[in-house]
Amino acid sequence: MSAAPIALPGEPRVDLAEARAHGLSAEEYAAIERLLGRTPTFTELGVFSVMWSEHCSYKSSRKHLRMLPMSGPNVVGGPGENAGAIDVGDGWVAVFKIESHNHPSYVEPYQGAATGVGGILRDIFTMGARPIASMNSLKFGSFDHPRTRFLVGGVVGGIGGYGNCVGVPTVAGEVMFDAGYNGNILVNAFALGLARREDLQSARARGAGNPVLYVGSATGRDGIHGASLLASAEFDAESESKRPTVQVGDPFTEKLLIEACLEAMKTGAIVAIQDMGAAGLTSSSSEMAGRGGLGIELDLDRVPLREADLTPYEILLSESQERMLIVAERGREAELQAVFAKWDLHALVIGQVTGDGRWRTLHRGRVVADLPVGAISDDAPVYDRPARAPSAIDALAAASESAAETDAPAPAAALRALLGSPNVASKRWVYRQYDSIVRSNTMVGPGSDAAVLRIKDSRRGLALKVDSNPRACAIDPYIGAVAAVCEAARNVACAGARPAGISNCLNYGNPERPEIMWQFIRGVEGLRDAAIALGTPVISGNVSFYNETEGRAIAPTPVIAMVGTFADVRLHLKQYFKIAGDAVVVVRSAAPSYAASEYAALFGAPPRPLAPIDLGRERRLLDGLVECAERRLIRSAHDVSEGGLAVALAEACFNPAGMMGVEVDAGEGGHDGEVLFGEGASTVVISAPIENIEVIHQVFAPLEVRRIGRVTAAARLTIGAAINEDLAALKQIYETALPGRLNRP
Amino acid sequence: MKWGVVRFPGSLDDADALHALGEVLGQDAAMLWHKDEVLGGAECIVLPGGFSYGDYLRCGAIARFSPIMRSVARFAAEGGLVIGICNGFQILCEAHLLPGALMRNRSLAFVCDFVTVRVENAATPFTRAARAGEILRLPIKHGEGCYVAPEEELRAMEERGQVLLRYVDESGAASDAANPNGSMRSIAGVANQGFNVFGLMPHPEHAVEMALGGEDGRRIFASIIAGAASAAPRVSG
Repeated sequence: MSAAPIALPGEPRVDLAEARAHGLSAEEYAAIERLLGRTPTFTELGVFSVMWSEHCSYKSSRKHLRMLPMSGPNVVGGPGENAGAIDVGDGWVAVFKIESHNHPSYVEPYQGAATGVGGILRDIFTMGARPIASMNSLKFGSFDHPRTRFLVGGVVGGIGGYGNCVGVPTVAGEVMFDAGYNGNILVNAFALGLARREDLQSARARGAGNPVLYVGSATGRDGIHGASLLASAEFDAESESKRPTVQVGDPFTEKLLIEACLEAMKTGAIVAIQDMGAAGLTSSSSEMAGRGGLGIELDLDRVPLREADLTPYEILLSESQERMLIVAERGREAELQAVFAKWDLHALVIGQVTGDGRWRTLHRGRVVADLPVGAISDDAPVYDRPARAPSAIDALAAASESAAETDAPAPAAALRALLGSPNVASKRWVYRQYDSIVRSNTMVGPGSDAAVLRIKDSRRGLALKVDSNPRACAIDPYIGAVAAVCEAARNVACAGARPAGISNCLNYGNPERPEIMWQFIRGVEGLRDAAIALGTPVISGNVSFYNETEGRAIAPTPVIAMVGTFADVRLHLKQYFKIAGDAVVVVRSAAPSYAASEYAALFGAPPRPLAPIDLGRERRLLDGLVECAERRLIRSAHDVSEGGLAVALAEACFNPAGMMGVEVDAGEGGHDGEVLFGEGASTVVISAPIENIEVIHQVFAPLEVRRIGRVTAAARLTIGAAINEDLAALKQIYETALPGRLNRP
Repeated sequence: MKWGVVRFPGSLDDADALHALGEVLGQDAAMLWHKDEVLGGAECIVLPGGFSYGDYLRCGAIARFSPIMRSVARFAAEGGLVIGICNGFQILCEAHLLPGALMRNRSLAFVCDFVTVRVENAATPFTRAARAGEILRLPIKHGEGCYVAPEEELRAMEERGQVLLRYVDESGAASDAANPNGSMRSIAGVANQGFNVFGLMPHPEHAVEMALGGEDGRRIFASIIAGAASAAPRVSG
């Protein structure tokens, strides 16, 4: 065993003040000294500060995440790998994960969003899966806020600039605008990859003496302390100064890495592989060693650098993008290096796996860090932070942050206003900037309820959607989380796919505040209960805390990415009405409500609690949709969400293959505003041949199935005497609202 | 018929072109590596879409120096058929195998959408299976597809019939609104003077299956295949 590492010339003295400047608490610093039996060096302090950061260690959330259902008959591979996987049939597995890149995207929107896409893609192909689809969930502030247009342009440009250049289609997403995100936008990026089951790769080091290869871009000074200081702290007036902690993306190198890694994996010479994400070289090396119960030794002099004078501290903490770490089988390094040379990428042996359980790094012949592997990852603190429900008065105040109640507009005027609201209106301006068709799998791209992808050489397929409902979560963080899971599942089932698995990104405020911690715990409980009831295990996820600016937290925003599977993808459905004369049917599991609705946000409505969600009935609705699709009983299905039933009917008419119309009968419970524009309840609009109606009733029993009207060839939307609108005019409002607000063509 | 699809570093639609040709159209198609100089006996070379070398300089400006481009230029000079799609079109312009250049879209934004194009000259190896004036619905996806050339060059190209495809609306009329990127004269695809090299911004390889939204792209490939079939007896005879 080597002697304890010593301080390098010119390094700051390590003490409590320095630890605090690194974002560590006094207790955490004391724990480090206890674990080591000595004072850490400056380099080691930097290592602890990132590895014990909230972003890397999940220290506030880990205890609660254990309650999530992470296993199931279709789940492949255990937790602890980079991303989870589900069996999708015919020997294929789908690997997917969603992750936040919120703070970097607010500070530097283009690169922040771009590197969010790059990072999540690496999590997928490091598992041995070819990335075939991306999605994203974006939350911006209101259009009244001076920064919003800049942020929208930058984030959308960054996602496109990176995603389009790596050849992975962006197939679905969600975009919301709300003043609650004025100072803290959310950018959550999702990626999905396909692999043959037997080709899945491990991130667990094996075999002392096996070489460690560094692959991809050289290491620079970008992104240092991205995980600790940027992602794991609140925003304030100084945050702009953290711009240098945002990494810069190089999608071209990422594309080469994807191809080279997938090719290198075929050699069988890779023992373990992990991308260098947050905390770069430090986390990838220590985590691979930790999972294998082994040690690792790195020679920093062999790391390719962009500038010659990087210190060990900088090399270890750099978050330069497009880098991977590989443990190879001893003696087969050259085979791997040949593959990377073909793709003009670095592949250098920079260390080896050891049997002593130490994470040791050398620089210019001297040991600069020597720590027990477990101390960095496993021994990170786990907090059971205090949680407290806000008082009833606070809760009510949170719930009533909608517009002041005004005189209810006429139904037709309300419908036009809703279709022109950026939260309801077409997001075509956004997704037109994303390549959604590369790789030739996209059967349904952005714009319908869920994206549908085929799997080549198989009848199987996938449906994908990402959803969230922060307004509902603001009123009740438990019901809101349940509702988000149900909505995502409903979207996937509307396409005809069986919901199969979840990845989640949990965006919350500062967990050191008890009411935020309460929101978080209630959100995880909601996610758990819904995931169990719907049979959709949570196979991967990410927690993003500290989403607040100047002490003001965002509404709780658990974002749910749902993946569904088709036994026969040819039977998929879209949201659009197709045949004049078809019956239009509404299937509902509960009554609609203005609570947390877009209508309430526009026109105001008395604050009211959210109705509890009956998960048994939700499951019935999903099963019924899948059965209807598989038995070819229905021709379209569309989830009722923002804007309620009237908006859903209009959207179902906006068929790109030819505009349809709809005629809804008057009467039958009346058409008060809440029925037309209420949300919250689980409702779908389907169209079907009239002769199938009886069977459809039986399929969905005991849910409410109501035939409300018929599809027409004339492009008008008629609801009794309340609404009679020209659909071409409505479509015009729907299509031009967003570019109009952005002042862009 | 034998096809070669060139894979440059940063090519993205290479696998799609191979899939369209091999799996969908039943052709004998192989991937060619940009560092090689062999074309493997291919009768038509496809330069696919993507961002070769990241397109951090001008699009296609580095790819044209890949070793395989020497062989492609020789092949074209001997009358071999070459089709460049999107980034492939950009590379062909950079390599001076086609006239003109492709600039940033007028909107300054990447655009992914279906467009309609009109076949302007149906008497070429790339369009002979279409009717003159036929309207094809094809996807585009690019940030730099604004075709430009000197005015006198454009006039000469039009006279010689080198403009093969033009962006039009659904009724078949060219207009500013139907021009997705600001291309001069709404040009979507051009051929060289020998009519054996063709570049186009739309992606015919992404329009060969109804399950993926349309199959008008088959017209382009069917034209090339038909030419090879009619040429075959001469070769064997």
